[in-house]
Parts: sequence; structure tokens; C-alpha cells
Amino acid sequence: MEGLLLVGWIVVKIIAIILVLLLSVAYITFLERKVISYMQCRIGPNRIGPLGLLQPIADVIKLLNKEIIFPEASNRYLFVIAPIISLGTALAAWAVIPFDKTAVLADINAGVLFVLALSSLGVYGILIAGWASNSKYAMFGALRAAAQSISYEISMGFALVGVMMAAGSLNFQTIVQAQAGGIWHWYWLPLFPLFIVYWISGIAETNRAPFDVAEGESELVAGFHVEYSGAVFALFFLAEYANMVLISALLAVMFMGGWLSPFQGVPYFESLFAFVPGFVWLLIKLSFFLFCYLWFRATFPRYRYDQIMRLGWKVLLPVTIVWIVVVALAVQFKMGPWFV
Amino acid sequence: MEKMPEIRNYTFNFGPQHPAAHGVLRLILEVDGETIVTADPHVGLLHRATEKLAESKPYNQNIGYMDRLDYVSMMCNEHGYVLAIEKLLGIAPPVRAQYIRVMFDEITRILNHLLWLGSHGLDIGAMTMFLYAFREREDLLDCYEAVSGTRMHATYYRPGGVYRDLPAKMPQYKVSKWHDAKQVAEMNENRQGSLLDFIWSFTERFPKRVDEYESLLTENRIWKQRTVGIGVIGPEQAIAMGLTGPMLRGSGVEWDLRKKQPYEVYDQLDFAIPVGVTGDCYDRYLVRVDEMRQSNHIIRQCVQWLRNNPGPVMTDNHKVAPPTRVNMKEDMEAMIHHFKLMSEGYCLPEGEAYAAIEHPKGEFGVYLVSDGANKPYRLKIRAAGFSHLAALETLVKGHMISDVVAVLSSLDIVFGEIDR
Repeated sequence: MEGLLLVGWIVVKIIAIILVLLLSVAYITFLERKVISYMQCRIGPNRIGPLGLLQPIADVIKLLNKEIIFPEASNRYLFVIAPIISLGTALAAWAVIPFDKTAVLADINAGVLFVLALSSLGVYGILIAGWASNSKYAMFGALRAAAQSISYEISMGFALVGVMMAAGSLNFQTIVQAQAGGIWHWYWLPLFPLFIVYWISGIAETNRAPFDVAEGESELVAGFHVEYSGAVFALFFLAEYANMVLISALLAVMFMGGWLSPFQGVPYFESLFAFVPGFVWLLIKLSFFLFCYLWFRATFPRYRYDQIMRLGWKVLLPVTIVWIVVVALAVQFKMGPWFV
Repeated sequence: MEKMPEIRNYTFNFGPQHPAAHGVLRLILEVDGETIVTADPHVGLLHRATEKLAESKPYNQNIGYMDRLDYVSMMCNEHGYVLAIEKLLGIAPPVRAQYIRVMFDEITRILNHLLWLGSHGLDIGAMTMFLYAFREREDLLDCYEAVSGTRMHATYYRPGGVYRDLPAKMPQYKVSKWHDAKQVAEMNENRQGSLLDFIWSFTERFPKRVDEYESLLTENRIWKQRTVGIGVIGPEQAIAMGLTGPMLRGSGVEWDLRKKQPYEVYDQLDFAIPVGVTGDCYDRYLVRVDEMRQSNHIIRQCVQWLRNNPGPVMTDNHKVAPPTRVNMKEDMEAMIHHFKLMSEGYCLPEGEAYAAIEHPKGEFGVYLVSDGANKPYRLKIRAAGFSHLAALETLVKGHMISDVVAVLSSLDIVFGEIDR
């Protein structure tokens, strides 16, 4: 009975996380359209519901009502499995993200590895989708995505190695706790190059502009999901945005102190903002990174496929390796105020 | 020993339904990995037989077809056609009409280059550029609307001048369900005076806007990586392939019909010909952006001249141009002229003429053969885009798929004029 209750409680938590996540994904699409609209001197969706707020709901209904077209030459099983893999891995990674001091679904010791493993698995969704569609454009998209994700996985992994060394743990809660002490104690400062590398790799990893060569609208039409329509396309869409939120959350947790208040150690302000719960701080930090995603999309031209590779291997990777050595020395010699 | 598997290149269709195909281009690409081996453009999907249609219509009725050739630089197409007719007839429009034509040619050039800049940006991934460019185009299309009544297919130039003089009052927005009085007042702020005042206010604002575009793109590292050294064509080869306009000037050849073979009043105006150095996409981008600034400069000179020099805008030769409505009611001869022009049109003397103008895309030429009838015996249009597209394979060979998109949009092609 006790065990059953525990399982039930966990299921409730999972459902809560997924529901909130999917809802926020829906509204991020709305926000994206609005933010980019205003950057481009237009208004954006404002017809459905007050201020256009029901637009994402209408989009969902539209997508679910659309026919799922299976290309004749496609491999049906893989064609359906691919988006499920994409979304599944994007959602599963949320299990280890700490929302607050105690609010985390699975407080496991290998949290960082778990996230890294799942984000690597996510590329299979794209790869299989491109292959199963049996379309030339989709194939190009899949090949590009695979090469890109694999290359960026490495610099991303190295950036995380720096965080692990600094915090001395693979557990996200410990990583957050290790950053306690106000805004200057967060890892963005001592690990600044790694922070930037992780940020860039994160954008590349999620296939977002300016690294969106895998779906490159003007080159590959829609890249790996060119043959997808209706609900299966919606799954890819959800996965992309869920991944964006995930990367933003990871950035916030590992480099921006997660749910810690930025006013820690600041007299007066600390007590003034003491009532704000941790997850609000996390949300604010996360939103900032999400906003940057949209901002980049509205600003930057798209990289070419080989230029992305060059950036990954020749710029980001050496930077991370050098900084890992620096971090190792700093940790070894207990350089203050971060590594005491 | 087992036989090695044979590796074949990938061949696929780029278009005709592709977001970056600029209309209905069908490009057959053969790629080795992502590297282009051959690029074979197939044209003709937008063929509307303009040249053949023109053979069965009186001269003036063909002007409207010219608008539809390159549908982003409408009045320039008309200009080429009208010039050829005037050449055969041996007439010249009044000076004021020439200034109006030059001014609208340059407005058209800005319109064309803005659309080009927007779609070039969009193709390379800088999508915000597209909407910024359209914001400015809006004002220029309003100028089109003010003089001709339509925003695109103007039919404003006529042999012997232009259809009518510039309006003394710029049309204004009215209060509607979507815009209240305050918003409308704001929108009408620079529409209080004449069309010339409106154009003047545009020219005041426009250079700053071009600076904004440049701050987004010119020094942007990604933009440069995507365009510098892509689609390079040297000056000799560019001439040999028949490239004209910004495509040729991007390669460093200082060739501009407005300077080299001046028509209308271009020889009395002050402007420079921007040229590139290497002939890559980036140089062509810089040339076009600078051309927009030069056009702006020309428009300002025209506006000043037009403000000070009122006068007729249509020739008084009523064998070609219809008389005024008032005259027609009172004057027998005027009525006969009107009737003849509206029913049969006018006849051109037997002979042939070639007239070319510096179109935003390059040299736009009209070759006209007349057998003395009221319609052309043969009309041949020399569209700049056609030879530019023919150079595509040379430009993209050895580059990657993404570069095809960049090069293709840097050609500035429109299928209305290529397929005709």
C-alpha cells in the first residue's frame, strides 16, 4: 500500500511537470510570434481570444485535426517512432531539473550524465525521421542534424565537465548549492567561457537560429520533418520547444544559480525579496534565456553547415579544453571566492 | 576481392515549389555530399507569351504588359518600351515628363533593391530584414498609387510623356474600425502636402533606414561568412556572360547606361556609380545598398527641380497623345484625334529600334520592329535576369547547397521577365 502511494505520488508529480511544460511550450510559441513580431514592426497574432491569447490552443486544434500523411516510400514504424523519441527524450530530461530546494522529481547523483545522455539520444529522433521519410530534403536535414548534434555534444560535454569540477558533483541540487552566495558566486563568472560555449552549443543542439541548418527554411524547406504533418509534426514541434526550455533551464541551473536568489548576501535586498520562492527566480532566469533564443532568431542570419562545424571544432572545443585546465588549477589551489 | 560499392552523386529538384526559388525556378542540382557538381536551371514555367501578345495589340495597350514582366520594378519596364516607341516616332517628351520618369525610375530602383535586400536576407536567414524592407516599400508604393491609381502595375509612362502630372495633394488615410483619429493623424503626418513633399520626407528618412539595415548586416560576421567569396565572377567573365547592372558592377566594371549612354535627363544629374572589387555576393550586396543611397540622392534632385519647374508632362503632338478632355468637347479636330487614338491607336513608321535603360536588375532592352502598322511587327525583350540566371552554374559550382540559395538571391531574378 505504502509503495503504491509512493508510485502514485510520483505519477502525479510527473503529470504536473508535463502538463505545465506542455502548456508553457504552447505559450512560448505564442510568445515567439509576438516577440519577433514586435521586433519586426508588426503586431503578431491578435485575432483569437483576448489579445490573441487563445492562438496556441487554436494551433493545437488545427494540427490535431490535420491528416497525417505517410509518404508511400516511407518506413511507417520508424516514421511514427521518430517524433516519439524526440519528444520522449525532451520530456524525460526534466526529471532531474531542480525547481526549488526540495522540488525535484529524481534527486539522483548522476543528474548531469542523465541529461547529457538524453540530449544525445534526442538526435536519433531527427536522424530516424529524416531516414524514414525517404525524401531527399529530409535526408539532408537528418545528416546535417546528426553531424551538428554530435559535434556540439562534445563541446557541450566539456563545458559541463567544468561545472562538475567546480561543484565537485554530478547532482544538480549540489551544483546549485555550490553556487550559493549571491550573483558573483554563480558559475557564470568563474566559468565564463564555458558558460558562453554551453549557451552557443545549446542553441546549436536544439537546432535553433542561427544554427537551424537541419530544417533551414530557405534551403531544405523544412529539413528532417519536411514530410511530417498533423499530430506527428506537432510532436516534433513540441520537442523542439521543450528542448529550448530545457537548455534554458540547464543554463540557469548550472551557471546562474538555479533557484537561488540573486540578492543573497546583499544587505536589505536579501530580506526584502526573501518571500519570493525559489522557482520564481528559476523562472525569471529561464525566461531570460528563452527570450534570447527568440532575439537571436530575429537578428542573425543562418550559418552554413560547414561553418557551424568549424565553429564547433575549431573555436568552441579548444576554448573549453583550455578553460577546463584553468578550472582544474583554480579548484586545486582553492581559488577564492568560488572554490574555497 | 569484393567489389567496392559504387557511390553516385545525389540529384534533386530545387524548386519549382521551393521557398527560395524566387518564383518558379526549377533547378536540378547534382551534389556530391553537399558540394554542387552541376546546377541546371529550367525556365519557362511562367511563360505568358508577352512578346507574342504584343504583336496583336495597339502600341499603347502593350504598356500594361510591360509592368507584368519584372513585377518588382514596374515603371522601369514601361520606360524601356516607351523609349523604343519614341525612338521610332522621333519624338521627345517635355522636360518635366523626363524628370518625372527619372524620379520614378529611381523610386522603382529603391523598390526593387529593397525587395531584393529583404529576400536576400530572408534566404540567408536574416528574416527581420524582409519586414524592414517592406516597411519602406509601403511608402514608395503609395507614390505609385498617387500618380497612377495602382500600387503595382502602373501603366504610367506613355509615349510622349507620362499619363498625368504629379498630384498636388497626397491622398490621406481615413479613420476606420482599425485606426482611430489619433493613429490616423500620426499616419498622415507626412501626407499633408503634395506628392513631392511626401517623397521629400521619404528621402530625408531613408538614408537613416539604410544605415540601420547596414548595421544589421554589413559587419555581421555570419552575414560576411555567408557572402564573402561566394559566387565569385571576374570582370572579363562577367562581360562575356552578358551580365549587366549590379551583377557586372559588383565585379568591378564601371558600366551604367545612365552614365555611359544617358537617356532622359540623367546627364544633368549628379550621382555616382558604385562598383565592387571581387565580384562575390558580398560585393553585389554592397553595390546594391549603395545604389539605394545614390537613387535617393537622384530623387532629391528631381524633387527640387520638379518643384520649381511646372509645365506640360505630355507632348502636344496629338497624333500620339490624346488631347485634353476639355478640348475634345469643343474642338472638332481634337475629337477626331481622340477617336483615332482610342480606336486604332497610332502607327509607327516602318523600321526598327532598340532602346535600353538601366533597369534595377541590369540592362533592360526593347527591340521593336515596325511594318508601319498600329501594332508591333515584332517585339523582343532583353531581360537582364535571363543572362544572370544563365550564369548561375558558373557561380555555384563547387559551393554548397546553402550557397546556391545565397547566390541565387544575389542574382536578383524575377521570373516575370525571364520567362516573359
